[in-house]
Amino acid sequence: MLAAMLLLSPGAWAQERFITLASTTSTEQSGLFGHLLPLFKAETGIDVRVVAVGTGQALKLGERGDADALLVHDRAGEDKFVAEGFGIDRRDVMYNDFVVVGPAADPAGIKGRGVAEAFGRIAAAKAPFASRGDDSGTHRSELRIWKTAGVDVKAAGAGWYRELGSGMGPTLNTAAGMNAHALADRGTWASFKNRQALTILVEGDKTLFNPYGSILVNPARHAGVKAADAAAWHRWLTGPKGQAAIAGFKIGGEQLFFPDAR
Amino acid sequence: MHDLAAALSTALALVTAFDPLMLDIVRLSVLVSGAAVLIAAVIGLPLGAVLALTAFPGRGVLVVLLNAFMGLPPVVVGLAVYLLLSRAGPLGEMGLLFTPTAMVMAQTVLVLPIVAALSRQVVADLWEEYGEQLRSLGASRPNVVMTLLWDGRFSLLTAVLAGFGRASAEVGAVMIVGGNISGVTRTMTTAIALETSKGDLPLALGLGLILIGLVTAVNAAVFLVGQAARRRMG
Repeated sequence: MLAAMLLLSPGAWAQERFITLASTTSTEQSGLFGHLLPLFKAETGIDVRVVAVGTGQALKLGERGDADALLVHDRAGEDKFVAEGFGIDRRDVMYNDFVVVGPAADPAGIKGRGVAEAFGRIAAAKAPFASRGDDSGTHRSELRIWKTAGVDVKAAGAGWYRELGSGMGPTLNTAAGMNAHALADRGTWASFKNRQALTILVEGDKTLFNPYGSILVNPARHAGVKAADAAAWHRWLTGPKGQAAIAGFKIGGEQLFFPDAR
Repeated sequence: MHDLAAALSTALALVTAFDPLMLDIVRLSVLVSGAAVLIAAVIGLPLGAVLALTAFPGRGVLVVLLNAFMGLPPVVVGLAVYLLLSRAGPLGEMGLLFTPTAMVMAQTVLVLPIVAALSRQVVADLWEEYGEQLRSLGASRPNVVMTLLWDGRFSLLTAVLAGFGRASAEVGAVMIVGGNISGVTRTMTTAIALETSKGDLPLALGLGLILIGLVTAVNAAVFLVGQAARRRMG
């Protein structure tokens, strides 16, 4: 038993330097980290261990000091996180955009419209809509769009608005199964394989802009935070090398994330 | 039908390619679940036996609780262990969160009630059968425990295997306390969950087939060893 514990202790398991990065399912499932992390490790020798959860949960992990750095996408939540002293030095990293996917037959007639109008039409047609419902960055954005569209999904959503409480991929799986609409980040959609009858119906609207921020967990609040190595990651990601690596990540020739650190 | 065929060929390709990443995942799954079952057996077998043989006030309550905890929800156990190991939690300084050790701890909590509750039943039944005899021989308490555990070893092995099945199949607890970190805490079940969320259903199902094959192989090995032992005993 002791031998088993010893064998499984983190020291024996992996000798390398590492930090824990709490990030979102959208970045992990798009394959971006598979592209970035080997480059960073080759340069610094630091391993980045990614725990991919929704932005709400990632912020929670940071609050409790269970991650050393965050890469998330909910500007309002990020600013609150920093203002409350849980994180320091928030920086812009990159952006991509959301797309509205739905049945190719377009039952609500939303193809090519503005996103708020499209959401209004989905509600009017009571066309099925699959919501993340998990307090993620994407879910928070979706709720803002419903607000702009003047639709109260809590009151009017019976029968067509489904809160799934799952990550982006599972939500798309369910949407494909129900032939429902969904708001998805372009990265996850581009690498998603089980699309069935779904296709992009709305894209390019300014409100679909989806910016990502990098935040260091405040080492003053938790003794175990690996401040120096996390700062090295933070600087690399927002520096010229990290930014170039982000721009170089493509799926099927399509660039998925656009660097915008200043 | 097409999906199933694709899953089968994916599974075959994965197994025959000996993909190192795949092997790491399999090894971690076996090590974590194996360690959890080992610890649970070392604690649970004697605990179950003592519970079967000792009368004390509140034993009934304890037995009911133990039986009920066989059905502990993995997500809840994962959450409890997470709060314990979180840097903001009581054991945070040990730095165990998102490590295989954390996963072993969570799975041990899941498996222990199964091993203890089932071995309590096995030993209680044996005691009913042989208690008179053992008492007349004047066997001491530790002696009785050892004798009955040895006598019931084949039934107890099934209890331990049930625990292994539980550990290797659960995803809720290891996902939370392990974090599904690639190359560090990714197991068969969390990898299956990840591939499902990527919409790569054939790969997910292929991994699932390998997991089922693995658990079947472990059970077959135990079965064969048991048979050989029985034959030798005549």
